[in-house]
Amino acid sequence: MANLTLIQAVNDGLKAAMRDDPTTLVFGEDVGPKGGVFLATEGLTAEFGEERCFDTPLSEDGIIGTAIGMAANGLRPIAEIQFQDFIFPAFDQIVSEAAKLRYRSGGQYTAPMVIRTPYGGGIRGGLYHSQSGEAYFSHTPGLKVVIPSTPHDAKGLLIAAINDPDPVLFMEPKALYRSVKGEVPEGSYTVELSTLRTVREGKDVTVFCYGAMVPVVERAAATAAESGIECNIVDLRTLMPLDEEGVLEAAKSTGRVVTVHEAPRFCGYGAEISAMIAENVIEYMEAPIRRVTGFDTPFPNTLEHHYLPDERRVLDAIEAVHSF
Amino acid sequence: MDSNEAYSLIDADGQPRSKFTCALSDDELKRCFESMLSVRSFDDICIKLQRGGRIGFSIPNTGVEATQVGAAAALRDGDHIFPSYRDFGMALHKGVAAVEMFHNMFGNGRDAAQGRQMPVHFSFVEPVHFFSISSPIGTHIPQAVGAAHAFTMRGESHAALASFGDGGTSSCGFHSGLNFAAVMKAPVVFLCQNNGWAISCPSSRQTGSESYAIKAKAYGMPGIKVDGNDVLAVHQVVSEALERARSGEGPTLVEAETYRMGGHSTSDDPSKYVPKEILDHWAALDPIKRLRGYLESRDLWAQEWEDELVARLSAEHAAAAKEAEAEAPPGLETIFSDVFESLPDHLRKQGEAVFDLARRKGDAAAGEGAFPL
Ligand SMILES: Cc1ncc(C[n+]2csc(CCOP(=O)(O)OP(=O)(O)O)c2C)c(N)n1
Ligand SMILES: [Mg+2]
Repeated sequence: MANLTLIQAVNDGLKAAMRDDPTTLVFGEDVGPKGGVFLATEGLTAEFGEERCFDTPLSEDGIIGTAIGMAANGLRPIAEIQFQDFIFPAFDQIVSEAAKLRYRSGGQYTAPMVIRTPYGGGIRGGLYHSQSGEAYFSHTPGLKVVIPSTPHDAKGLLIAAINDPDPVLFMEPKALYRSVKGEVPEGSYTVELSTLRTVREGKDVTVFCYGAMVPVVERAAATAAESGIECNIVDLRTLMPLDEEGVLEAAKSTGRVVTVHEAPRFCGYGAEISAMIAENVIEYMEAPIRRVTGFDTPFPNTLEHHYLPDERRVLDAIEAVHSF
Repeated sequence: MDSNEAYSLIDADGQPRSKFTCALSDDELKRCFESMLSVRSFDDICIKLQRGGRIGFSIPNTGVEATQVGAAAALRDGDHIFPSYRDFGMALHKGVAAVEMFHNMFGNGRDAAQGRQMPVHFSFVEPVHFFSISSPIGTHIPQAVGAAHAFTMRGESHAALASFGDGGTSSCGFHSGLNFAAVMKAPVVFLCQNNGWAISCPSSRQTGSESYAIKAKAYGMPGIKVDGNDVLAVHQVVSEALERARSGEGPTLVEAETYRMGGHSTSDDPSKYVPKEILDHWAALDPIKRLRGYLESRDLWAQEWEDELVARLSAEHAAAAKEAEAEAPPGLETIFSDVFESLPDHLRKQGEAVFDLARRKGDAAAGEGAFPL
């Protein structure tokens, strides 16, 4: 066991996967000698050589398109998109190609590949270094979407994503890269995709969250506990395919639900959770479901701390559903 | 002009390589020199502010001043700049007040974009059309083509200047921009500032072409490589390209060969990947030193004049930074305004909820009783 930050756990996971499987390769902008702008790929070129960890031209479309061709031909590409905000030139390759290849060829061709990308706010990155694009991608049939929130999960989920037979978008909460630390096993291990993590048990209010919002929700729950409200916090970890049964069970267990994400509200992931609960277990609900989200605006810079859901906004929602 | 040899008028010491007639008047030459010093001063202050934790981010510009100032000096009133984030030298040369730029650097309430964008993501309409900067690389290149086409449709003789880096040539926007411009014969000049790096990626990882300029040939337009540290050469080449554009002959790609002497940004540590010998090589080709040499050979320079300029610029910039730092941040309502022309109901409600919570928790500021939109 080593005590690692989330970014170190990602780095460790990449190294473990590359040691285990000679077909894996890492590429993207600045991932080579520089080791990535966040240092996720530090040391990879030194250890595995330029053939297995290399810089590409500045073209996300090219990065993902070539990854698909490699994946369809026996390699395991792990492509980095420097910020999720810059993934959109590759939207076509991801949505029209990687995600649909298995379906449109009846399984003759597949694209087992991982797209790693930092997402989310909290670094004063303004409109284009802060966005959370999980809703676009969870809306894309054929693509898996994974978001870790702890170092342990980051490594285990990443290796599971690399081993997965389908394309996986692996979104890394950059606000947590260096702000969370935790025990991470040495060597290879996996955390199964499409499983939930219970962050905190509680009988009063269930809070669904993921990524950088998890520690925010934990703080709000700790404060709520002081006034006797016990929260059941569920870290979704894999947004697509989601453990739907697990979500419904967790919702039923308290009958009061809050969802939290930093992405905009309209058509956001919280809407899906809310609809799923309404369709299946509404008879167990004691209060309307509350969503705490970013606003339906682009992501501001100076005022980002008002845009991002904070402990106070989450706590307010917890109290509201509890006292309903 | 051979696209593989960089066109250059003055040598490393600023001496004419051969006899030429300078297109810039004495006053214009001195203005260019002042602007280049201004870029360096603005740059220095921003880096210090960032190091001191007073602004979040900046983009160093040392080494590339001649490309930006030379290109800006070639523009006429009414021409539009479609810049990248490294182009604040163009804004300074075209007369944007430093304080306006610092309002963006501090993201305060007097910033035209209300602190929504990161530092160095400027947007100006006056005194020059300096199109709102976007972080995604290359997106503005076809936009410049559309603007140029609009000038033609409106019967105006303006041209558009689209500026981007060597890395930008790999973007989809570069391809579609150049392709469209050539087909539409749009009055646009593409300025590729080849500063050696796209963050940590050298040109060898960016293209297999022997130059960036040569790419123009396949798109069906002239491509010219110019010595980007020679402000006179940049000015001349860009002026000629703008002339072509205005006279209906279509677009030109100019590759300005220069060098980024600092990091990519204040978040970058270039010592990890930039070889020191290369920096020494380019330090000897410093654009300010070269123009100084040329001015001196024309009796247009004196040490006292430069000292005075440097002192005045740094005092002006320091005062502008101080003024901007003292400004209040944007109001909360600016999170919700400018998403659309008028505020839709759902955004009004989201804004009201922010104030409602603040009121209930007892920390709404005076006057924040109702959502002010
Ligand atoms: C589409 C896109 N991908 C990645 C980035 C991240 N990024 C910012 S600047 C940069 C390098 C740009 O290099 P270049 O075009 O040469 O311009 P320079 O910074 O050298 O002026 C990269 C990769 C981005 N802004 N946009
Ligand atoms: Mg560059």
